Amino acid sequence: MSVVASETLPIASEPDMVTVRRRVREAAARTGLSLVDQTKLVTAASELARNTLIYGGGGTMQLDMLNGPRLGVRLIFVDQGPGIPDVDLALRDGFTTGTGLGLGLSGSKRLVNEFEIDSKVGQGTRVAVTRWK
Amino acid sequence: MEKIPILRMGQFLLVTIQVDMHDRLAMALQEDLTTRISETAARGVLIDISSLEIVDSFIGRMLGNIAAMSRILDAQTVVVGMQPAVAITLVELGMSLPGVRTALNVDAGMELLKLSLNGHRANGHVSRR
Repeated sequence: MSVVASETLPIASEPDMVTVRRRVREAAARTGLSLVDQTKLVTAASELARNTLIYGGGGTMQLDMLNGPRLGVRLIFVDQGPGIPDVDLALRDGFTTGTGLGLGLSGSKRLVNEFEIDSKVGQGTRVAVTRWK
Repeated sequence: MEKIPILRMGQFLLVTIQVDMHDRLAMALQEDLTTRISETAARGVLIDISSLEIVDSFIGRMLGNIAAMSRILDAQTVVVGMQPAVAITLVELGMSLPGVRTALNVDAGMELLKLSLNGHRANGHVSRR
C-alpha cells in the first residue's frame, strides 16, 4: 500500500471532532470519492472519533491518502484508553457500555471497505478503516 | 457559546441547522427547543437539515429525541431537506429514524404540519388558546 500524503490530527475535544470531519471530507473529495462515499467515510470518522474521545479518553487520527493498489483514504484512530475486553461483543449492533445507541463501531464498519480493530485491555485501541475509490 | 436560532412563525417553531454541530451544541438545541415549545405553546416544529453534510448516530438520536419530547408536549416535529447521500448513509449506519416525520423540503414540511394540526381539530381536540 503506498501512502502519498499523511497527517495526524488530535482528538481531545468536541471541536477536534468537527476538524476531523472537515479534513476527512477534504481528503475524500480530493481522492475523487463519490458524494455518497465521501458522506459514508465522514460519518464513519465522526463515529470513530467520538469513540476515541469518549471511551478512549482522547487520542489521535492519522489520515493517509493512498494511491496503491488503488486510490483511497485510510483513517487510523489510536487511543491509550482502557481498551475493549470483548471486541466481538463491541462490534454487535446495539451493544454499548455508555449511553449511546451502540451503532458507532458496528455502523462505521458497514460504511467502509476495510475495517481493522486492535484493542488491548489497559493499553488502548487502534481502529483502521479504508474507503477505496 | 454559539447557539442555533429558533424562529417562531405562528403556531410553529422553525430551526435551520447551518453549522457542523458538535455534540454539546446538539444537546443545547434539544433543551432550547423543548423550553420554547412549552413557553410558546407551539403546535409544530420544523427542522431544516438541508445544510447538514452528515447525520451520525448522535445527531440522529437528537432528532429522535426532539420528536419524542415535542410529541409529549403536544407538538409535531417534521425534519426536512435531508440530502440523499445523508439518507443512504444513515440507513447503512443502522438508523432509520423511527418516530421522526420527514418531508422533502420546507414547503412540504409546513404543509404536513398544517394538515396534522387541522386533523387534530377535526378529531374534536379542544383548542388550547
